[in-house]
Amino acid sequence: MTQLRFLLNDQEIALSEVSPSDMLLDHLRIARRLTGTKEGCAEGDCGACTILSGRVTPDGLVYEPINACIRPLAACHGTHIVTIEHLAAPDGGLHPVQAEMVEHHGSQCGFCTPGIVMALYGLWMTDPDPSEEMIETALQGNICRCTGYRPIIDAALAAARAGGQAMDALARERQDVARRLAAMRQGRVDVSRDGHRAIVPADTDDLAALLVQQPDATIVAGATDVGLWITKFLRPIPSAIFIGALMKDIRHEDGALRIGAGVTYSEALPMIRRHLPQVADYWLRIGGWQVRNLGTIGANIANGSPIGDTPPLLIALGAEIVLRHCDTRRQIPLQDFFIDYGKQDRKPGEFVEEIVIPTPAARIAAYKVSKRRDSDISSVAMGIVVREEGGTIIDARIACGGMAATPRRATAAENALIGQPFAADSFAAAGRAIADDFTPLSDMRASAEYRASVARNLIRRFWLEQSDPDLPVTLRDAAKEVA
Amino acid sequence: MKDATDNAPIRGLAHQDAIHDSAAKHVTGRAEYTDDLNEPSGLAHAYLGLSECAHGRILSADYTDVLAHPDVLGVLTAADLPGVNDVSPNGKDDDPILADGMVHFLGQPVFAVIARTRDAARRAARMARIEYEALPHALDPIAARDAGMGYVTDPLTLKRGDAAAAMADAPHRIAGRFAIGGQDHFYLEGQIAMAVPGEDDDMVLHVSTQHPSEVQHMVAHALGVPNHSVVVNVRRMGGGFGGKETQMNLFACVAAIAARRWNCAVKIRPDRDDDMTATGKRHDFVVDYQVGFDDQGRIRAVDGDWYARCGFSADLSGPVTDRALFHADNAYYYPNVRVSSHPMRTNTVSNTAFRGFGGPQGVIVAERMIEEIAYALRMDPLEVRKRNLYQNGQLTPYHQEVTDQILPRIFDELEASSDYHARRQAVLDWNAKGGVIRKGIALTPVKFGISFTATWFNQAGALIHVYNDGSIHLNHGGTEMGQGLNTKVAQVVAEAFQCDISLIKITKTTTEKVPNTSATAASSGADLNGMAALDAAEQIKARLVEFAASHWGVAPDRVAFRPRAVQVGDELVPWADLIRAAYMARIQLSAAGFYKTPKIHWDRSTGQGRPFFYYAYGAAVSEVSVDTLTGEYRIDRIDILHDVGRSLNPALDRGQVEGAFVQGAGWLTSEELWWDDKGRLRTHAPSTYKVPLASDRPRIFDVRLAEWSVNPERTVKRSKAVGEPPFMLGISVFEAINMAVASVCDYREPARIDAPATPERVLMAVERLSR
Repeated sequence: MTQLRFLLNDQEIALSEVSPSDMLLDHLRIARRLTGTKEGCAEGDCGACTILSGRVTPDGLVYEPINACIRPLAACHGTHIVTIEHLAAPDGGLHPVQAEMVEHHGSQCGFCTPGIVMALYGLWMTDPDPSEEMIETALQGNICRCTGYRPIIDAALAAARAGGQAMDALARERQDVARRLAAMRQGRVDVSRDGHRAIVPADTDDLAALLVQQPDATIVAGATDVGLWITKFLRPIPSAIFIGALMKDIRHEDGALRIGAGVTYSEALPMIRRHLPQVADYWLRIGGWQVRNLGTIGANIANGSPIGDTPPLLIALGAEIVLRHCDTRRQIPLQDFFIDYGKQDRKPGEFVEEIVIPTPAARIAAYKVSKRRDSDISSVAMGIVVREEGGTIIDARIACGGMAATPRRATAAENALIGQPFAADSFAAAGRAIADDFTPLSDMRASAEYRASVARNLIRRFWLEQSDPDLPVTLRDAAKEVA
Repeated sequence: MKDATDNAPIRGLAHQDAIHDSAAKHVTGRAEYTDDLNEPSGLAHAYLGLSECAHGRILSADYTDVLAHPDVLGVLTAADLPGVNDVSPNGKDDDPILADGMVHFLGQPVFAVIARTRDAARRAARMARIEYEALPHALDPIAARDAGMGYVTDPLTLKRGDAAAAMADAPHRIAGRFAIGGQDHFYLEGQIAMAVPGEDDDMVLHVSTQHPSEVQHMVAHALGVPNHSVVVNVRRMGGGFGGKETQMNLFACVAAIAARRWNCAVKIRPDRDDDMTATGKRHDFVVDYQVGFDDQGRIRAVDGDWYARCGFSADLSGPVTDRALFHADNAYYYPNVRVSSHPMRTNTVSNTAFRGFGGPQGVIVAERMIEEIAYALRMDPLEVRKRNLYQNGQLTPYHQEVTDQILPRIFDELEASSDYHARRQAVLDWNAKGGVIRKGIALTPVKFGISFTATWFNQAGALIHVYNDGSIHLNHGGTEMGQGLNTKVAQVVAEAFQCDISLIKITKTTTEKVPNTSATAASSGADLNGMAALDAAEQIKARLVEFAASHWGVAPDRVAFRPRAVQVGDELVPWADLIRAAYMARIQLSAAGFYKTPKIHWDRSTGQGRPFFYYAYGAAVSEVSVDTLTGEYRIDRIDILHDVGRSLNPALDRGQVEGAFVQGAGWLTSEELWWDDKGRLRTHAPSTYKVPLASDRPRIFDVRLAEWSVNPERTVKRSKAVGEPPFMLGISVFEAINMAVASVCDYREPARIDAPATPERVLMAVERLSR
C-alpha cells in the first residue's frame, strides 16, 4: 500500500508523501489549519497539544489522549484522530466537559485549555465517576500555568455528574469508525517524502522480514523519545519502521507476565494491577497519561536509557526479554541486555519482541524519586524484590536507575541481605553497602550526594514498609491521616 | 420593549461572577492566539541563532551552509540592521537585538535566518559556523561581585533611623545568608510575533506582548521610522506573568526588520527550549541579612544586602531590585533599617519582570528573619509576626505612612477559619512521635504596594464607541493574558451604561486606538484601564443626559440610567431607541477616556516618597508533609484569606489568588533553574523544569476573599489589584516545609533551606540537622 490513511475527525485522510519526521501536530496546524490544538513544548510534557487517538483493539475501539507534538504522522495509520474542533454536545453546543470548564472558570489564558479539555474528555468517556485522584492522574501530562488546577478538577467532577456518555458522538459512531479503521489496516504501508521513508509493517512477521532487509531503519514504537529526536534535535531519520500497532499480546502464564513489546504502559496497567499490585502506584508515575498511552515497555527497554522507569523494576523481578531476528528467537535476562551507556545487546535486524516478567511470591517494591512527583524523570528509581523464609532472607534483588550509565543491580546491597535475618540491622547494612554499588553523577536533576542518600534511604523505607504496614512512612499514608 | 420594561438587573454588573469573555472560545479551541491567525500569502519565517558561549568575542561567522539551504531567503546579523540595534526598555542602549562583536551569555541571539518555512529556518540556523574567543564568565551574583563585574543599573539604599546603632544595642542579633532562586515564566504560549509590511514605512505587527506601545516604539526605533508608522495588535496572550513585558521586543524587531528587508510578512516563534534559554526570568538573589530584636521578638533593626543575578543588561532590573527593597519589610515595622540592592551584571540571560517584580524576593527575606527570631526565642513564628505587624501611622523604610492596615483582622479570621492553633499543636504532636514523615504549618502574610514605582507609567487610556444600533465597542490600553481584564473592564462599562455585558464588544488591544499605553503589569490592569474606560463611559453618558433632557424636555436630574433603558421623566426609553435618537440629533457617541493615579510620588535619590497608592493584603496557612527519607513533600492543606477590596469579579479574583498561590509555591519548591559551569541553562524545557501539576495542588484548598474590605482610596469601584499580591502567599508553603525539617532537630534552629526547596535541598537539610 502506498498511502497512509487515517480518520481525522469526520474526514478520511490518505497521504502518499510522508516522511518519518512529519509530525501530527504540524499536520493539524499547518496543513489542515486546525489551530485549536496548540504547541506548548514540542516534547510531550505540557499537554497543550493533547488530542484523542482512537484505535481498534481486541476489546473494541478505544480512545486515548495522546500528545500530537511527538506523534509521527506515520504512526497515525489506521487510527481515528479526534481534535478539539470535533468536540461538541449532541445538539452542537458545548460538550459537558467544555460547559463545566466554562461554568467553573477553568480557563484563564486558555492556551492549555483545548489540551486539558481533550484529556478530561478522554477520562469522561472511560470513567463516569472519577475520584479527584483519578482526575489528577488523568491530568499528569497537562500543565496549566494560570489556574492552580482547582477549578479544572471541579469542572471534571461536574462533567462526570452531567454524564451523557451514551449519547456522545464518538460512542454513537463507534461501530462505523471501527469498521472504517479496520479496513485501513490491511497490509504494509510504505511511503516517503524527500527520500525519507516511513514503513508501517503489516504484522510482526513483516517487521521481522523488513528489519533483515533494513537493519539500519529506526524502529519507532510510541515515539515518546524518538519524537524528541525529531522535534528537538532535528535529527534526520532516513528510514523508520513504525511498530506501535504490533506485538500487543499480554498474558499471565507459568508465574510470569508475558508482555508483547508493543504493549503500552496503559495497556499493561490492568495486568500489573492484578499480578503486581505492589507496583501499580509506581506504574502510574511513568510519564503522564498521554505518554503512558503512547510509550511501550518494549521500547523503554530497547531504548537503553539509564533513566528509563521500567528496567530497575523489571531487573529486580528477574525479567527476561525475547529478541527476534527473522524467525530466530533468543531469550536473555534483561540485566544482560544493558551493556554500557548507549550500548545494548541487540544485533542488526534484531528486535525486542516480548518481555517475560516473573510475578513471584515475594516482598516487592518499586520507588521513584524525582523533583516533581508526576511526569518527571527519576533522580533515582529502585526496584526491590526480597524473598524471606523463616525469618531469613534467602534472596534479594535490588536494581537502580539514575545511579549509573545503565540500569543495574546493586550487588553489594543484595549480598548484605542474603542469608541475613529479616531485620532492621540487615537493611541498615544493605543501605550502607549500596554506597559501594554506585558512583552516581551530578546533573540538573540531582547531585551525586543526594542520589547516594536516597538510594540508602529507600532500602530503609522498604524495611519500614515491610516490617509494619500500618506505620505512616509515605506521604500518601500521611495524607490519608489528614483526610 | 419587553427588555426595556424589565427591571431585572443587567447581566454582567460589576462585583458579580461574570464568566471570562473568551471562556467558550477557550474550551472549543476557537480563541485565536497569534500563531493561529490567518497567514498572509508569501509569509516567511525567522529563526534565531543563539550564542554557544557564555562570554566571548565573535572571531568569525560563516553562514555559507545556512544560505545554501534551498528554502532560506537570507540571514540577518547586527551589521544588517537598518536602525538602532537596541531593545533596552530603559534607554541604556545595552540590549542588542543581535550580538555585535561580543556575546554576553550562552543563548544570546547572534543572527536570524529567514526562510520559507519555520522548519527550514530552524534547521538552517544550526548550520552556521561561529567561532568565539572565550572570555572569563561569572554566572551568579556573588561570583560576579568577586569578579568585579559591576552593576547593570544604579543600586538603591533605603534607610530610616540608625540601623547600625540599633543593631549594636539590640539584645539579640542574628545574621545569615539566603540564596533565592529565579523562576521561568512558563507561559504556555511562547514568544511570537508576526510583522506585515505595508505602504510607505508602515508595519503592522500581531504579537503576544503585555506592552504593545513599547513594542511599537522599539520596532520604530529599530526600523528608523516614526512611531506613527508602526501598529501593534494583541488580541490575547497565552499567559504572560511579566515574561512578555519587555521580552517580546527583540522578536518583534527581528520580524519587522526581516519583513521590511524581504518585503513579505514574517513570523517568528522560537522553540520552547530556545524561548527559555534566550528570554529573561525572575531574578535570583543572594541576600545577606542581619536582624536585631528584643526578648519579646520585636524587631529593633534590620540590615541587608540584596545581590541580584540581573544578567548581562539592565532590562527592568532597576525597578525589580528597587521593589525587592520596597518589600523587604513585607508587613513588619522596622524601627531602624538599612537595606541596599546590588543589581549585579552576570553572564546569564538578562532577567526581567515576573509577577511580584522583585517583591517576593524581599518578602521572603522578611519571613526568614521572622523565623530566625521565633526559633531563637522558641516562639510560634505567628506570634512574632503579630508583634511586628505595622500599625497605622508607622513609616515604611521608604518613608510612606501605612494608613490602611487590615492584617490584624485578616489574621484573626484566618486563624479561626483554619483552626490554626489546634492544627499547629497537632503538627507538633505528630512530629514528636519521631516518624519519617514530618509535618509543618505556617501562617504568612503579604502586604503589597500597588502602583508602578515609575510614577509616569500610572496612566491609561480607553476608547468607547456606541454605534447607532446601541451596540458598544470597548477598547483600552490593557492587554488580556488570561487574568480577565477585558471582562472586568466590560463589567465596569456595562454597569455605567446599565447595558447587558453582551451588548459590549471586547476588542483587541491596538496602538491605533489608544496611544502611549503602559505595560499591563504591576497588577495595574483593572485599576488603570477600568478607570479610563469609566471616564470614557461617563463622558458619553453626560452627553446622553443632556440630550435626553432637552429632547424630552425634562430637567437633567430627571434623567437616569436604568437596566437596558434610560428613565426620562416618567418615561422609560429603551437604550437602543435613545441611541438612535441621539444619533439623529448628531450627538457624539464616541469618547476617549483617560486616567492617572493621584497622590503618588517617589524620589529615588532620597529614597523617600509615596510610591504606592495603596496596599493589598492577604495571608495564608499552609500545612505540608515532608518525607525525611527522600526530601519529597506534599501540600496537605491551604487556607487563604485575601484582600481585593470590593472585588470587581469575585470568581476571576479567586482564580487569580489560587493561580498566583500555586505559581508562588512552584517558585519555592520544584521550579529550579540550573546552569552548568559553561553557563548553559540545563533546565530549559518542561522535561527538566518542573512547574506544578494538578497533583501538586493543595488537597484541601480553602480560598476566601475578605468580603468586608473596601479600598479606602478611590479606585475603580473601590476594588484592589490582585495579579501579583497572592503570589507571595506561596511563601507559607516554604515556611511550613522549613518547620517540618527543623523538627528533626527539635526546632533547635531553623532549617534555613535555600529556595527553591527541592527534594534534594530538603533532604540535605534533614541530614545536616540530624547530625
